[in-house]
Amino acid sequence: MDKNKDLDETKHTENNTDDIIGKVTSGEYKYGFTTDIPTEILEHGLNEDVVRFISAKKGEPEWLLDFRLKAYRHWLTLEMPKWAHLDIPEIDYQAISYYAAPKAKSDAPKSLDEVDPQLIDTFNKLGIPLEEQKALSGMAVDAVMDSVSVKTTHREKLAEMGVIFCSISEAVKDYPDLVKRYLGRVVSYRDNFFAALNSAVFSDGSFVYIPKGVRCPMELSTYFRINAGGTGQFERTLIVADDDSYVSYLEGCTAPMRDENQLHAAIVEIVVEERAEVKYSTVQNWYAGDKNGRGGIYNFVTKRGLCRGHRAKLSWTQVETGSAITWKYPSCILAGDESVGEFYSVAVTNNYQQADTGTKMIHTGKNTRSTIVSKGISAGHSQNSYRGLVKIAPNADGCRNYTQCDSLLLSSTCGAHTFPYIDVLNDTAVVEHEATTSKISEDQIFYCNQRGIPTEEAVGLIVNGYAREVMNKLPMEFAVEAQKLLQITLEGSVG
Amino acid sequence: MKSIDQYIDLFTRNREAFDKDSPEAMNRLRMAAYGSLRGKSLPEKGDEGYEKTSLDEMFSPDFGINVNRVDMTADIAASFRCDVPNMSTLLGVCVNDSFHPVSGLEQRLSDGVVFTSIRNAATQIPHIVEAYYGTLAPLARPEVALNTLLAQDGVMIYIPDGVTVEKPLQLVNIFATPAPVMAVRRLLVVLGRNSSAQLLVCDHTQSAATDCLSSQVVEIALGHGARFDYYDIEESSPLTRRSSNLFARQSKNSNLLVNGITLTCGTTRNDYSIDIDGTDCETTLAGMAVGSDNMHVDNSSIIRHLAPHCNSRQLFKYVLDDHSSGAFEGSILVTPGAPFTEAYQSNRNILAHPDARMHTRPQLEIYNDDVKCSHGATTGQLDNEALFYMRTRGIPEREAKVMLMQAFMTDVIDTVRMDGLRDRLRHLVEKRFAGAEALCGECRSSCHKKENDNEKPND
Repeated sequence: MDKNKDLDETKHTENNTDDIIGKVTSGEYKYGFTTDIPTEILEHGLNEDVVRFISAKKGEPEWLLDFRLKAYRHWLTLEMPKWAHLDIPEIDYQAISYYAAPKAKSDAPKSLDEVDPQLIDTFNKLGIPLEEQKALSGMAVDAVMDSVSVKTTHREKLAEMGVIFCSISEAVKDYPDLVKRYLGRVVSYRDNFFAALNSAVFSDGSFVYIPKGVRCPMELSTYFRINAGGTGQFERTLIVADDDSYVSYLEGCTAPMRDENQLHAAIVEIVVEERAEVKYSTVQNWYAGDKNGRGGIYNFVTKRGLCRGHRAKLSWTQVETGSAITWKYPSCILAGDESVGEFYSVAVTNNYQQADTGTKMIHTGKNTRSTIVSKGISAGHSQNSYRGLVKIAPNADGCRNYTQCDSLLLSSTCGAHTFPYIDVLNDTAVVEHEATTSKISEDQIFYCNQRGIPTEEAVGLIVNGYAREVMNKLPMEFAVEAQKLLQITLEGSVG
Repeated sequence: MKSIDQYIDLFTRNREAFDKDSPEAMNRLRMAAYGSLRGKSLPEKGDEGYEKTSLDEMFSPDFGINVNRVDMTADIAASFRCDVPNMSTLLGVCVNDSFHPVSGLEQRLSDGVVFTSIRNAATQIPHIVEAYYGTLAPLARPEVALNTLLAQDGVMIYIPDGVTVEKPLQLVNIFATPAPVMAVRRLLVVLGRNSSAQLLVCDHTQSAATDCLSSQVVEIALGHGARFDYYDIEESSPLTRRSSNLFARQSKNSNLLVNGITLTCGTTRNDYSIDIDGTDCETTLAGMAVGSDNMHVDNSSIIRHLAPHCNSRQLFKYVLDDHSSGAFEGSILVTPGAPFTEAYQSNRNILAHPDARMHTRPQLEIYNDDVKCSHGATTGQLDNEALFYMRTRGIPEREAKVMLMQAFMTDVIDTVRMDGLRDRLRHLVEKRFAGAEALCGECRSSCHKKENDNEKPND
């Protein structure tokens, strides 16, 4: 009998909890507006002509067109993989437009005055310091709208130090050797279905090159914005950090609210040479669909870094709150001896969002180290999975990995799953993996209540504390934004 | 050609022989199994859930099946030397896949307890065999369907309501064959309400020079409040392959312990699938593997929590030496209908040789928020400092290593709830680590000879 009573009480608290979660999670997606900018959109469908069109539009050299065509032909032989713990509706790749660009007055805006004021408005609304005045905030920004990079700030200052930060289409024109040398090096077009698709139709993205011995004086940042309807976004980011250099790179993304699902299939490639360090931070806030799971972005991204040199270091930090479906595994290939890979992630899913995300740490160099800290938070009817691979190659002596992945459940209808793969082929490796799943305990809430903190705030506190380990790894500018985002998405949730 | 086809051919050619002596309950499922195998093949390496072990390859040599039930004789005494001293067991022996009760077994069973071949059980307790045979093992899995298609007999254990079997039951599976053979083994265990029993299963191979394959399906059904311990020890030969599938279902208040120990083998794949279908159940699933030479041990487990207020614990440990390889894939599934679940899983591995390999995949799949679940996995080496400490105190390196490995395995052995067996296991594992093997005939654990001087086994 007592047990029944317990159950009743639990139900009661659950109802309360649901109310609170309901209240909090109904927070509006504030980036859901669309901008009415004249946009050039290519007709739906994908064939060789589309690939040629994109290449011609960008005035690309022969070798890049060949690369695209090879990728496209390879893509035709592939089928969309089905192994993820995701329920993905059939995607009609012929119903997507593969090129959309805001119509520019001239080829490329020379200064901010030439940029469409509405465009500036858009980025201002997003809180992105595009205007030169705001440039004092000390961040160089590349803004990518739909398929095209619209403006990169601070280029001159960076150029003084030899840092190249521009859109990838400019880089193809201005630094063909560099691009040719590194493009597709880390993520080959044969890598997977979406990598092949992206390699065939990628339209723009950012290119970063940090020369030897340079410590990039400011954080580099790209903001991605999907604006046009019926399109997909396929950008490509390439970061090369030469010997002894350092760069911190930030990526943010938003999209309008629409009932249709839009595909975002990007590639990020990072090459880290000897003793160089790259810190890559993402705050992913694509439109996640409405409360009933209508609309939202499919975020299928291939992100991978190659620590090529001795003592290279690559650190991924991500806060994933958006997208209807997130499917990505930012990875490190630790090829250089004593190189270091890090992955810090907070993935929040709510309503009908789905996420299958994690990382791969592939240790091929000796004495390489990696750390994985993944925090999943699921609410509503969402499904949140961590999937990760730690592989120690036979010749990689003395490797070390520590993995911690925790899941927090905020409703009885959501799911949290953990699928780690650990392959150890060397007997000197030490690999540890730990995972826990639980809800916020009533004791914790009670403790806060007792001290006059209302339940809603208490949950906010606890969730923030839970995610702190990862939030602390974000650069200052982003940490504030990410924290706010976390609150909008979930603030005050109790389990 | 897929390896499964040769067995399906064998079946279609000898359909009548298969059906001839088998009980109706087994024959009835054959066609369903045949149907579910159509167009399927056995899982290969890299398939989801079978990353490191190819069943297709395991079944690919042309193994013979004793279709006509020719009586194979085996010197049971020669193989069965790993008895448990100071403990008397109720013993049955399975030579390849035919069950032989050891003299006097039936007289020693009381209170309606049944421990016999499925064929006999079908006449003694037909309603139980009918009600349970094949109900837990899903034919959707090709290896289970193949076993169901080919199984002609098996072993049945039935404990009626309220009966506690004081003495442990013991089943010794022996391979004794001059030619490569596949033993199609089947074990059905049914425990009534509030009953309790312990079963120790030992796998041995006498004909170490012959390729052997054992395809086993074990079904365990626990009634309300039942308590069952299942210990499975494999000490076979490098040429022995084993594909074992265990399916258990627990009702309210029941308590299940499954402990799978692999000491020596060729290629072993153990699948454990436990459904916790009633409230307030306790489940412990433990396993260990001691790998050397070219051994390959793959354990895969899933515990499904279908009812509230249940606890489960999984613990798997591996020590891998030489070219041996290990794989572990374990999952905990908590369904929306199973709040207040506590489920823990742990996998710890030691690689003791540069060529040893370990692949681990612990998983959590949780669809309910009121749970406490965790898993942990580590792969590493023996603690060098501990080793050094012991050496500074005059313990030779080899001995110190054995002691550390022994200590490492202690918590798996500690899950054993039978005192006598626990001591025996500790001893066996120690011997195994010390490399003292193959000293008494085909049994590789050499326990009997030395122990004989001062201890006399009761049975």
